[in-house]
Amino acid sequence: MSSKMRLGKAEVKLITNLSALIIDDEEAEQMSVKLSNILDLFAQMEEVNTDGIEPMSHPLEQVQRLRDDIVTETSRRDKYQKIAPATAENLYLVPQVID
Amino acid sequence: MHTLSIGEMSTQLKSRSLKSVDLTQHYLNRIAKFDTEINAFITVTPELAMEMAKKADKMLDEGRGGLLTGIPIAHKDIFCVDGVKTTCGSKMLGNFIAPYDATVVEKLKESAMPILGKTNMDEFAMGSSSESSYYGATKNPWDLNAVPGGSSGGAAAVIAAGLAPLATGTDTGGSIRQPASFCGVTGIKPTYGTVSRYGMIAYASSFDQGGPITRSAEDSAWLLDAMAGFDDRDSTSSELDKQDFLADLNKPIKGLKIGVPKEYFGEGLDTGVAEVINKAIAQLGKQGAEIVEVSLPNKDLAVPAYYVLAPAEASSNLSRFDAVRYGYRCDNPQDLEDLYTRSRSEGFGAEVKRRIMVGAYALSAGYYDAYYLKAQKIRRIVRDDFTKAFAQCDVIVGPVAPTPAFNLGEKSSDPISMYLADLYTIPVNLAGIPAMSVPAGEVNNLPVGLHLIGNYHSEAKLLNVAHQYQQATNWHKKMPEDYK
Repeated sequence: MSSKMRLGKAEVKLITNLSALIIDDEEAEQMSVKLSNILDLFAQMEEVNTDGIEPMSHPLEQVQRLRDDIVTETSRRDKYQKIAPATAENLYLVPQVID
Repeated sequence: MHTLSIGEMSTQLKSRSLKSVDLTQHYLNRIAKFDTEINAFITVTPELAMEMAKKADKMLDEGRGGLLTGIPIAHKDIFCVDGVKTTCGSKMLGNFIAPYDATVVEKLKESAMPILGKTNMDEFAMGSSSESSYYGATKNPWDLNAVPGGSSGGAAAVIAAGLAPLATGTDTGGSIRQPASFCGVTGIKPTYGTVSRYGMIAYASSFDQGGPITRSAEDSAWLLDAMAGFDDRDSTSSELDKQDFLADLNKPIKGLKIGVPKEYFGEGLDTGVAEVINKAIAQLGKQGAEIVEVSLPNKDLAVPAYYVLAPAEASSNLSRFDAVRYGYRCDNPQDLEDLYTRSRSEGFGAEVKRRIMVGAYALSAGYYDAYYLKAQKIRRIVRDDFTKAFAQCDVIVGPVAPTPAFNLGEKSSDPISMYLADLYTIPVNLAGIPAMSVPAGEVNNLPVGLHLIGNYHSEAKLLNVAHQYQQATNWHKKMPEDYK
């Protein structure tokens, strides 16, 4: 990681792929400039000495709450499936995966 | 009617000199009259509102109901309302009729608060101007050429123009406080975990926090009291006993130590805004508070750390939009891959795509330590600065934003300039502490908010300071001329 990092079009395409998105060449061009500028912003962090500092992932440093292993939710399948793009026989439909 | 305080409305509703149906209809009429130009609502729900108002009147006739029963509310379009379209400002959720209530909505329904509609916002709460909404930008009621701020821009505009007496908002990097500042209204972001995130569409889960946007601090205290509380459906809900947010409102602030961070008055702060904030600090001094200088030396690191962490969480959270179970689906998907990628590419706007991509990159192999882990360490450094500052003072004050509301279109093509404008609000979200914006003056006829920042779980104290300030000043009572 270095300051004034430039992302090439190929890298942008790779990140697009990781993000399950598609963009055309023109968008990739614009995205490479904007993402590169954002990475420049991140470069400020490089100079900070963070040796021995614990990463902070939760503001209240709370531990994960556990609950008894019992069913608490009722089935609301019909209601949930009513808003799905395509369903049949209580299943969600997607384009055919296996021939 | 729309200039009454929540306390006055409540008293009149209880004495039955005011009916909820009349109050609700009054606001629906104002929405119909004014919202075509402001665009503060994505969805207005007149039938639901009137049905709930009738229910509230029945409860009140029978001597039942709480302090907020019958008082209408506008919900940010990030909160799921059962049976109502909930878009989060995105094309992706343009057809999404929520199948359940968010906990916040459920709680306020229990109080029989008629729902007027769903307010406009930046797409998936990613923005500081409400311009990234798929449903068109909201305009600032003080100047229709200016932005209302964001992402809860619709909510703040609704309160400023008197289109609802109360509104809900959410704040991930400043999304309650900055629009409150730009629109001259009061807003509070509570301590992380105070208000349940269940049914609140996720952006960056370790930062997201709901809260009220209202005219006064007292109104905010009433609404927060109804919104807050432990919820076992939110795994990060605070298990502490709920505070009494109203308890300290009337306490004198004599002797209270108010810290002024010198770094909040440096380069980039508009001189007019600095003048307003200094006057407000002097006013608090006049009311007996002791003003002390404190330091938040690493505040400039907060913006880069936030723009690593929040997009990283967003890239994970927004992976749920797969066009399979709900939301937008592209036409004629060729295969499963095409279904996912084309639906997401057509359903998300530019800023959302950008943040998903930044997040995916920051989390990817080879960059995780350099970006994500580094940012998490800086998050702790920023938090520790606040801990040290709060050893010297009770409340920190400063500006909410470096300028008053900017013009529509002014920053929308330059994401970095928009990100940098969040420099005073973002450190608070990294730490997870509570903070407010309170109307404190004007620059070029545009409102300016005073930032009050407190230590963990000190909402009652913040509301106390804000209320005492509002007892001595009238900025929170001002309304834009055209919407009086």
